[in-house]
Amino acid sequence: MEQAELRQWEHRCIQEESPQCVAACPLHVDARECCTLLAARRVDKAWAVLAKTMPLPGVLARICDGPCKAACLRKDIGGAIEMGALERFLAASAKPAKPPRPLPRNGKSVAVLGGGMTGLCAAWEIARKGFAVTVYCAAPDVGAALPEGVLEGELEAMDRMGVTLERGVEPTSELVETQLEERDAVFVDSDAVSDAVLNFGEPDEVTLGTNRLGLFASRPGEGSPVFQAAAGRRAANSIMRFSQGVSMVKSRELEGPYDTRLYTNRAEMEPVEPVAVGDGYDEPRAVEEAARCLKCECMECVKGCVYLKHYKQYPKVYVRQVYNNEAIVRGTRQANKMINSCMLCGLCDTVCPEDFAMGEVCLEARRNMIAKGTMPPSAHEFALRDMAFADGDKCALARHAPGADSSEYVFFPGCQLTATDPGGAERAYADLRNRLGRVGLILRCCGAPARWSGRESLFRESLAELKAAWEGLGSPRIIAACPSCIKILREAMPEAEIVSHWSVLSALGLPGTALQDVGTLAVNDPCAAREDGALRADVRGLLDALGVDMVEAKYSGELTQCCGYGGLLNEVDPALGEAAAKARADAVDEDYVTYCAMCREMIARTGKRAMHLYDLLYPGDAEPGARPAPGHSERRENRVRLREKLLRELWSEADGVSAEDFEKIWVECTEEGAAAMESRRILKSDVQKVLLQAERSGKHLVHGGTGRFLASFRPVVVTYWVEYEPDGDGYLVHNAWCHRMHIEGAQP
Amino acid sequence: MSVIKVPGAGADGWKCGHCDREMVMKPVELTYLNSLFNVELPVCPECGYVFIPEALALGKMHQVEQLLEDK
Repeated sequence: MEQAELRQWEHRCIQEESPQCVAACPLHVDARECCTLLAARRVDKAWAVLAKTMPLPGVLARICDGPCKAACLRKDIGGAIEMGALERFLAASAKPAKPPRPLPRNGKSVAVLGGGMTGLCAAWEIARKGFAVTVYCAAPDVGAALPEGVLEGELEAMDRMGVTLERGVEPTSELVETQLEERDAVFVDSDAVSDAVLNFGEPDEVTLGTNRLGLFASRPGEGSPVFQAAAGRRAANSIMRFSQGVSMVKSRELEGPYDTRLYTNRAEMEPVEPVAVGDGYDEPRAVEEAARCLKCECMECVKGCVYLKHYKQYPKVYVRQVYNNEAIVRGTRQANKMINSCMLCGLCDTVCPEDFAMGEVCLEARRNMIAKGTMPPSAHEFALRDMAFADGDKCALARHAPGADSSEYVFFPGCQLTATDPGGAERAYADLRNRLGRVGLILRCCGAPARWSGRESLFRESLAELKAAWEGLGSPRIIAACPSCIKILREAMPEAEIVSHWSVLSALGLPGTALQDVGTLAVNDPCAAREDGALRADVRGLLDALGVDMVEAKYSGELTQCCGYGGLLNEVDPALGEAAAKARADAVDEDYVTYCAMCREMIARTGKRAMHLYDLLYPGDAEPGARPAPGHSERRENRVRLREKLLRELWSEADGVSAEDFEKIWVECTEEGAAAMESRRILKSDVQKVLLQAERSGKHLVHGGTGRFLASFRPVVVTYWVEYEPDGDGYLVHNAWCHRMHIEGAQP
Repeated sequence: MSVIKVPGAGADGWKCGHCDREMVMKPVELTYLNSLFNVELPVCPECGYVFIPEALALGKMHQVEQLLEDK
């Protein structure tokens, strides 16, 4: 990722933008932070937030006219936060904060003429920047009645900051002239001097500069104390720039109120009335009022995504981590797992007001890692092996319909449907042939795992094989059942006409095998259907025809959430994948119906009753919601057996693939053994290879206590260990584990 | 190169079934992604069959593999 790209992405994420109150306040007092602390009863800390930003905080907090209130997003849901009253409570109740420590003296001096709020605030701000400041006035006067000692307290603080107050001096034009000669700059508080002094033209809006070099002045007639204070700060900034000889106007857009892009969704927020101010707040009431603050933030994407929540930040931070991860030459790349865990489902950019697409960022980062050779080898290996298997001799197939020598359509059920519900796929194909005639069949993978893992060249290779198979059938229209296949193939094979099985069924009507009066079900839209409104509508039409009373989860339709399989999350971080599936499962009370094989598997594995639309249209023996979710090995076997069965029964062909030696090893697993294999992604075929190796070499370990055997073998890059005992003509497997480290110079 | 001793990585009752010999603790070279470690592990003194205990494979070894993959 180039730095310019990083900046563009960062700019899109608005979570770090100022809340409305901060943007509306000309001093940018952090009212959100102040309320957060006060709501937590941290009174002194809340005051420190104000005192750190405000000049003469003891004075200003008591007279602040609160322009934040008009901008407060609470105003429409109960009423704006009573920030002015909270400020006054804090000023009166909190431990006084120490005045700010000015920058080291810069050896320059500034005169301030006039001791009104503007002049005093200017003196405060100019002194903070390291200037020696002298204020000339008849008497300091902030134009409001204050409790005794408050103004004096702040004037003492100013004294400690290096401000000299010359009382009893009436500012005159002559004084302006002499000070301009003696000082580096002069500031005039236009509302605190006589009109005769104001003979320098109208001060510039941005710089407060006048037609005299080095003379700055507030624009007269400002009645708001906080805007008076802001004028003082603006003058201090100008004098700093003037004394340093840098641009007087550059990058000053964020001085004074500005527009903020921060978006805060208030749709689900309950109205709460303000706490009555009366004669002012006591602590309990101030705390109650502060607790009404919405603590405005965006987090729209994070709210709906288990993955974005898991890493505890938001996209602006994540994209920086992705950028930094790429920049590492030596050292640990901390963000690999984060990058590989995004489900690439597109929910974030759908809900983001600025279209921040975490999926795009992560997929690009994965492609980069592949290109640079920094992709962790284990991350996607299992899924890619599965893809290779689905595309291999044992599973892949392309045929015209039995007895036909051309195809008008070709059915492409996808490798997950054939793995999880081979019977359903078989019955669906029969139905399509019965009703449409010349419907060929292609069994293989669409290439999604390669694409999701960032392996574009592998994806292209797989696609080329698929294309060759499709062209071999005469390039017929493709009827695809899986939303991910549909999405990927429409993108990658624009020359093919790809229709969804659901739209075909919408036109044909329900198959004869369809169940009737199914009852109430919650519809789960797969993430691949997010941008395909027609697909979602076809599915709902079919469910309606099936007599299903549909309910929708909160995140549904184009706002649907991924089940945890998308982007290969479940391979990279199975626990997080399961959490995503659980979030989906918990979103509704009703049983789910979905139209993606992996959604069905992921949700069903959490224990939630879920069915695929095929379970209703092409039901098998199992009760639809209770069809078991097959394990990794069984999924592979399902594909192999489906191909064998179809070849034998429809085309009267043998499968033509001779069994490999390891496949002849008969294996059974104890419950513990099967569970260990499943969670560690060890296939039955891996175990068989170990056992074949042990048989052939005669080498294994034996346990003194249990008498069980233990053997290991490394077929490619992973070493598998199998704990077993001979059982008749085969073996009973008790346990299995694996590692990637290679044992040098020992058993193969 | 110093030899890494892993607590608990004993033979745990396993012996070589082929040679009928008790395992002995010996330095074994383990490699992954251009890194080499010398780890003391149970080995058959006759045929050299190495035993990697389950807890080691799924624990420390897995951690190191993950770390190396992120290097």
